[in-house]
Amino acid sequence: MSGHGLPHGSTYEPTTAFGKWLDSRLPIVRVIYAQAVDFPTPRNLNYWWTFGGILAFCLVAQIATGIVLAMHYQPSGEGAFDSVEAIRRDVNFGWLLRNLHAVGASMFFLAAYIHIFRGLYYGSYKAPREVLWIIGVLIFLVMMATAFMGYSLPWGQMSLWGVTVITNLFSSLDSIWKGLGTTIVEWLWGGYSVSGVTLNRFYSLHYLLPFVLAALVGLHIWALHVVGQNSPTGLDVKTASDAVPFTPFATSKDAVGLFAFLLLFCWFAFFLPDYLGHADNYTPANPLVTPPHIVPEWYFLPFYAILRAIPSKLGGVIAMFSAIAILLFVPWLDTSRVRSTKYRPVYRWFFWLFVFSAVALGWLGSKPPDAEYVFWARVFTIYYFAHFLIVMPLVGWFETPLKVPGSITEAVLGKDKGAQVAPAKS
Amino acid sequence: MKRVQPRWRIAAALLGALPVLSAPALANSEGTHIERQEWSFAGFTGQYDKAQLQRGFQVFQQVCTACHGLKRVRFRNLAEPGGPEFPEESVKELAKTWPYQISGELDDEGNPVDRLPGLPDPIIGPYKNDKQARAAQNGALPPDLSLIAKARNVEQESAWYNQWLFMLRDIAIGYQEGGPDYLYALLTGYHEPPADVHVADGMNYNIAFPGHQLAMPAPLQKDSPVEYQPESGVKGSLEQNAKDVSAFLAWAGDPHLDARKRLGWQVMLYLFITTVLLYLVKKKIWSRVKH
Repeated sequence: MSGHGLPHGSTYEPTTAFGKWLDSRLPIVRVIYAQAVDFPTPRNLNYWWTFGGILAFCLVAQIATGIVLAMHYQPSGEGAFDSVEAIRRDVNFGWLLRNLHAVGASMFFLAAYIHIFRGLYYGSYKAPREVLWIIGVLIFLVMMATAFMGYSLPWGQMSLWGVTVITNLFSSLDSIWKGLGTTIVEWLWGGYSVSGVTLNRFYSLHYLLPFVLAALVGLHIWALHVVGQNSPTGLDVKTASDAVPFTPFATSKDAVGLFAFLLLFCWFAFFLPDYLGHADNYTPANPLVTPPHIVPEWYFLPFYAILRAIPSKLGGVIAMFSAIAILLFVPWLDTSRVRSTKYRPVYRWFFWLFVFSAVALGWLGSKPPDAEYVFWARVFTIYYFAHFLIVMPLVGWFETPLKVPGSITEAVLGKDKGAQVAPAKS
Repeated sequence: MKRVQPRWRIAAALLGALPVLSAPALANSEGTHIERQEWSFAGFTGQYDKAQLQRGFQVFQQVCTACHGLKRVRFRNLAEPGGPEFPEESVKELAKTWPYQISGELDDEGNPVDRLPGLPDPIIGPYKNDKQARAAQNGALPPDLSLIAKARNVEQESAWYNQWLFMLRDIAIGYQEGGPDYLYALLTGYHEPPADVHVADGMNYNIAFPGHQLAMPAPLQKDSPVEYQPESGVKGSLEQNAKDVSAFLAWAGDPHLDARKRLGWQVMLYLFITTVLLYLVKKKIWSRVKH
């Protein structure tokens, strides 16, 4: 595999007889070596770049804990809640698996949001990384679907009512074509209300989608290894001195990032397992009792706030899905000549305003839909979309970027007074 | 190109945080003030107090079981490590003398029979099903208490500008005791209603309950508290009973808390040391390259 930038053939030399035999038949070790050892990595990557590896870990960890949980879980309206309780109480280390899986979902999203904001800040979506970015947005979308269905599985009050509220959104399509929304909703539910039938199909899909995710992640990494990694300067690897081999350089840094992240992960899993969840989900699902506040998990809150900010139901649904879909067009909405926000004195302010808006929307999404909250949700929703549709094209057009170094090497070594460009020993 | 946060900004943020960090005020969503209590099992180091769980079970047995069950907890759990840890023999005895029998099983002829519970059986309440419970309780359903401490929480009293500080504080101290805090407030929250409040028929006034009117009459009495064994050295009072039974219900909802936090510290220690070692490895590797 060689990219547009620096070709990176494998330096793998099989040493054993079996190694040579296999290499001439299936050069799998050669391919892995080329991508995981030799792969040229920009020498100036910061710790924000470790979140890609962290996310890969999260996916594998969710699948591993999920497979074991599935051995003990019963996906029926009658048995689901009890089986989760049996896992918490009676399965050996079941409490640990369940906490790791539930907290793991939150950590997965935390890492994904950091990863997305990192990409937005350093312009990692700009050519030639459009496809890489789009696959990333699709991963985000499938992640959301997986997490949403996963949250239904404990079949507590918030599971049932969360599913009821969100699936009901599709009924808004009735206003476009009479009966369309109702048909879709009944089809999703497998009946005329959310029931054990709905739970059963959500469980099936919750088990399927992670493997779709794994495939998309494979494509994401493939695309990454074709175009090469972006860097904090927004510059690509152009010469050998711009890069270091992935192993041991990136691997050692990723390991530090991963373990530091695991400290946070385990802090929640062991000491705050219920902090990110909702107490109502410890009450078994009851279609006759509606909880006072139906709130989705924290990672959906910004989108939930956008949904409620729009006065019309259909409009809210469209706005909510558009908030994610708009990310697909970011590579073409950003007109800036430089990639990294580091060299964009004007856009930088708008970037942080966008981060603030996203966080504010998250906070507003957790509040009851009172007039004052809805007002601010509207303000930030307007900015959310304006950021992509107005700020990105216009600021890129008018802004005069700071001087960008000629290369990654220059950016790194230029820091020392009088230092000359010298090839790195690697 | 690293931008250093000006020191004064950090200082201002910290100063702003001080009054917030020293105010342990809590409230549920209806604006009722609920105090945080001190629990032996609170925070990231807390563990259950075995003696308190035993006293709490006594309150549960003498008071709560009149109406409530604890079906997700089994008699054997009362003897297991990390719980009240009653001697197994006395738990066996307890099960045999439990006032409610296990029903719905069939004898050899296929006839439904009632039988005495044993160690593996759930700690059941007086009612065989919800319908029977409602019929006996004027339409109100006394919930099973196995998860009551998990299924209740209190919301932090905060404003938009300081909520994040409260959240960070709770994450830092490992606060998970909203459930028992609420239960304690509820059990000690029965008062004479204010003059302008009309309490509906069959309802009782309680300052902690959302809406302030609930069907459950005050279960614990100021004048006649549950008295503990003299050798326990703890005097029974309404507050003490409420505290102990809330702690017991916290255990019932989270029976592996002790093991979870103990293992948690081993994991944190391992992760911390490994992170430091990995950082040193990374530093050594990258020392060859300017970056």
